[in-house]
Amino acid sequence: MPLNTAPNLTNADDAYAALLAAHEGLTKAESDALNARLILLMMNHIGDMEVLEQALKLASDPAA
Amino acid sequence: MTKIFETPLYPYVKSPDQTAKTPVRHRVVVIGAGPVGLAAAIDLAQSGVEVLVLDDNTKVSFGSRAICFSKRTLEISDRLGIGPALVEKGVQWNLGKVFFKDRKVYDFNLLAENGHRNPAFINLQQYHFEHELVKRVRSLEADGAPIEIRGGNRVSAVSDAGSHVAITIQTEDGPYDLTADWLIACDGAGSPTRSMLGLDFVGRVFEDNFLIADVVMDADFPTERWFWFDPPFNRDQSALLHKQPDGVWRIDLQLGWNIDKDAEKQPERVIPRLKAMLGDEVNFELEWVSIYTFQCRRMEKFRHGRVLFAGDSAHQVSPFGARGANSGLQDTDNLVWKLKLVIDGLAPDSLLDSYDLERIYGAEENILNSTRSTDFITPKSDQSRIFRDAVLDLSEHHAFARPLVNSGRLSRPCVYYGSSLNSADALDGPAQSQPGAPCPDVQLGDGFLLDQFRGGFVILAINADAPDELTDSGVTARTIRLRTKDDPTGALAARYLGKTPAAVYLIRPDQHVAMRRDGYDEGLFRAALRRATAKD
Ligand SMILES: Cc1cc2nc3c(=O)[nH]c(=O)nc-3n(C[C@H](O)[C@H](O)[C@H](O)COP(=O)(O)OP(=O)(O)OC[C@H]3O[C@@H](n4cnc5c(N)ncnc54)[C@H](O)[C@@H]3O)c2cc1C
Repeated sequence: MPLNTAPNLTNADDAYAALLAAHEGLTKAESDALNARLILLMMNHIGDMEVLEQALKLASDPAA
Repeated sequence: MTKIFETPLYPYVKSPDQTAKTPVRHRVVVIGAGPVGLAAAIDLAQSGVEVLVLDDNTKVSFGSRAICFSKRTLEISDRLGIGPALVEKGVQWNLGKVFFKDRKVYDFNLLAENGHRNPAFINLQQYHFEHELVKRVRSLEADGAPIEIRGGNRVSAVSDAGSHVAITIQTEDGPYDLTADWLIACDGAGSPTRSMLGLDFVGRVFEDNFLIADVVMDADFPTERWFWFDPPFNRDQSALLHKQPDGVWRIDLQLGWNIDKDAEKQPERVIPRLKAMLGDEVNFELEWVSIYTFQCRRMEKFRHGRVLFAGDSAHQVSPFGARGANSGLQDTDNLVWKLKLVIDGLAPDSLLDSYDLERIYGAEENILNSTRSTDFITPKSDQSRIFRDAVLDLSEHHAFARPLVNSGRLSRPCVYYGSSLNSADALDGPAQSQPGAPCPDVQLGDGFLLDQFRGGFVILAINADAPDELTDSGVTARTIRLRTKDDPTGALAARYLGKTPAAVYLIRPDQHVAMRRDGYDEGLFRAALRRATAKD
């Protein structure tokens, strides 16, 4: 399965705001922990190693 | 009472070899009477190959060493004649608990498959394991088997002369020389043989120290493996508690990198640490205290002409996962039948190269697992610690995170996928018994399937016909016929047939599957037997 890089969020502004809201008022350490938990939850939801590898590659180098 | 590890079990005795005019020739010399060397020697002697074990020491292993022995090790030990004694003496366990900071985050069960003779793991001090091996050597000797063990014999020089190996040995009566057709170097992680032959041993040192303590106590902790990440009594570090026989408990406390090792070993430092962990009210006595640094490394090749390396001399891993001695036993299990066939002239010398390939594959698997465990236990960067802690936090509430927790991936038997000795899988059968896999055990009435696979190749015909035996160029496979209707448990069908009605397997002397298909065919089985002995 290829990684979906086309727009996929029903409401991009709402999703982005929700992400920022989750971090509001957190210390750097708390935010780092939240991000890590979020990545792990989403990683498990995706499940497919091929998709994960593509996502990791694009995250490391957006121009790849 | 003198403890078993204080008793010289194979004291130095002067041998007639020491005064011989020319160096006496032995068939196989094993250097090292650790678990791996002793297992190799017993296996050889049981198959009638003359073997001499040399060790600079006279006693079983000293200090805190292996405690967890796997089912595969017990199966191999059954073949070596000591399995039941180990299980009887050992502590069996199935449950593990993982703690993070001040709370338990989850527990796990090893969930051993039913119908195996042996449990998934036992805990047993390495010195008890070695003691059973030494007793077995003694009983083989008493039965006239060609085995000898010489304590107080330190090997100081080894060279491969092409047609034989030349060995120089130091004793309290001075040095002497021997020659051997084959040498198995089981002389441990610091292997002098490796250095004497100028061979490499590369890998990775983990920048961390662990205080390993064996304590004797009367405590009512359950027989479970308890692992702590960042507990209040050892902040930012890990800890492990595990039970052994005789009221001895193994405690591992991670200490970090920049520490004063000598100071940390002193009872006045150790005792308060342990009290903080166990509680003030628990009375205990220290049996051993040591500080270890762990590494993962292996030799580039395990075979060097007539010299074969096995156990820690060939590969070393961190102990999280219990993959040291357990993999060493798989080394000798793999090596000995091959060496026997080569010695008897029934297989080409190149069969020994498959030892190298198969066991390097096994070592790589162990190094990978043990490196990953160590990376989880000792995060190498701020980011890896953040992820590690996130995994642990999630694991308390969500099952998905539990497989990510890595406090050691416990030793599993190696499957030799893609080995040159395997024939292509020709059965739509269960993955657990595919070519390369060790045969899964099955309870059959009062006995067990693996008991029938001792010595030599076997043709296992299930609901199928096959001749009593098949011989090719002097190598014989004898047939065992079984019917699934005689197995009310259904395990034989589940483990060997899957959805197919019948199957015929070719099984190697080390109980690994060489080939399988839905029925017997002489040409194909002959070809598979040749392939499994490196003839084609
Ligand atoms: C803290 C700790 C915990 C562990 N836990 C486990 C576990 O739970 N499960 C597991 O499977 N493994 C475990 N291990 C690993 C296990 O102890 C080793 O893998 C095992 O001892 C290797 O056996 P060996 O026979 O290869 O080598 P060794 O046991 O090291 O034996 C080598 C032998 O060679 C002899 N020798 C050396 N040089 C010479 C010479 N020049 N001449 C003659 N003889 C010589 C030595 O005297 C010694 O007897 C643990 C190790 C440690 C340190």
